[in-house]
Amino acid sequence: MSERIIAGAPVNVNEEGFMTDFRQWNQTIGTELAREADLTLSPRHWQVIEYLQTEYRNEVPLSIRKIGKSGVVDIKEFYQLFPNAPLKTAAKIAGIPKPASCI
Amino acid sequence: MKRLLILGAGTAGTMMANHLHHHLSADEWEIDIIDEETEHYYQPGFLFLPFDIYEPEDIVKPIRQFIPAGVNLIQESIDRIVPAEQYVLMQGGDRLRYDILIVATGAKIAPEEVPGMLGEEWKNSIFDFYTFEGALALRNKLREWEGGKLVVHITEMPIKCPVAPLEFAFLADSFFKNKHMRDRVDITFVTPLSGAFTKPKATAALEHLLEEKHIHIESDFAIEQVDAENKTIIDYGGRTVPFDLLVTVPTNKGDAVIERSGMGDDLNFVPTNKATLQSKDWPNIFVLGDATNIAASKAGSVAHFEAEILTENILRFMDGQPLKEEFDGHANCFVETGNGKALLIDFNYTHEPVEGTFPFPGVGPLRLLKESRINHMGKLAFRWIYWNMLLKGTHIPFVSATMQEAGKDFD
Repeated sequence: MSERIIAGAPVNVNEEGFMTDFRQWNQTIGTELAREADLTLSPRHWQVIEYLQTEYRNEVPLSIRKIGKSGVVDIKEFYQLFPNAPLKTAAKIAGIPKPASCI
Repeated sequence: MKRLLILGAGTAGTMMANHLHHHLSADEWEIDIIDEETEHYYQPGFLFLPFDIYEPEDIVKPIRQFIPAGVNLIQESIDRIVPAEQYVLMQGGDRLRYDILIVATGAKIAPEEVPGMLGEEWKNSIFDFYTFEGALALRNKLREWEGGKLVVHITEMPIKCPVAPLEFAFLADSFFKNKHMRDRVDITFVTPLSGAFTKPKATAALEHLLEEKHIHIESDFAIEQVDAENKTIIDYGGRTVPFDLLVTVPTNKGDAVIERSGMGDDLNFVPTNKATLQSKDWPNIFVLGDATNIAASKAGSVAHFEAEILTENILRFMDGQPLKEEFDGHANCFVETGNGKALLIDFNYTHEPVEGTFPFPGVGPLRLLKESRINHMGKLAFRWIYWNMLLKGTHIPFVSATMQEAGKDFD
């Protein structure tokens, strides 16, 4: 675990760059993390990010399957919004841990 | 007379029947175990069957042989559990009332979850090896296959025995080398994970082995469909991987009885307290093995460690004592790496697999996260231990239910 400065604020991250303290997250940091992933966030992106954060606060484990059934975004669009590894990328931007989709 | 009912006579249910039969007075408790099947499969053997290392008779025995006298084995199908009224409804219409229920209904493959997976190519050029029938059909295919693109594929997590697909790829490498046709086979490992395994140190060790064996890896691949006609798998991002022979691990789901009972999550796994193994919804229902939703591996070793802890908790529950929050997610898995070698991993909820020695700290004889012949001998010897000790609930000497930290090289 280490500390880095994102958008002017000190933030704790793990070796893969995921934030380890969600309380440190804010929208400016999210925007900056998205830029590092070569993404510009649209309102659709933000809706998905907010959904992920809500699920995280409710301690619901996240998976691609669950997101597909969430009614917020289907899996196809999720991939269009966050290409390649959408769940990982979106979780990183949202400031929540890498989804453990298991073991 | 009170009744303890066990649903499922697989690895977990059979162990619980043996443990509890030993502890409970026959005057006070009737123990019944229900399973519609008549045969018990040694599931780790499904990995070896396709490569002609094991014969079918090595891995199949009658369920009845492992149920102790004094426990009633009911070989009928279950319609559903009615937890609010504490009975199990059988498909024949009987209602079996229970005081305590143990759910050990396991997990099954669900190839129908991916469009195009089931169809004309199923058991023709698309196979699973997580069922006896699938592993046997794949054995027959591999005996005559002349080579091409072999794709070993995981659909989505969680799956039983998360290392088995990797082991399959390693053993395939050895198998084709021994048949002097490795140069005619291209092996690709396709996974929804970001690497070979879920934990960083084991991933590094396993990816090194993949490279050494010239097995390509396609990670972060979330399959959308199988295009059986063009023999290609396609992910949601539009990425494609062509195959001549697809060996897939389909989506794993809990038993349909859990869905019919309204007791599961979106994959029919039962919400379970990860430390006590009590159902989150019903205090007199306990869950173990592959049927739970806990974030431990779905593996026989996990069921074995859970069974030791759950036995104690059920006895406490019967006495009205608080449950012990003891299960730590302990898993212990041999990973076949081909050429007569294997590595061993030992981990739990909080500690990832690391290097070290097992079971005796500093001594071994087994080495953690390192390939060795003795690990492979351990894996083969385990079949005997499974049939003769593990199912019968005999404690395996020196192997504790919770993970031990001594002998492991944590940073």
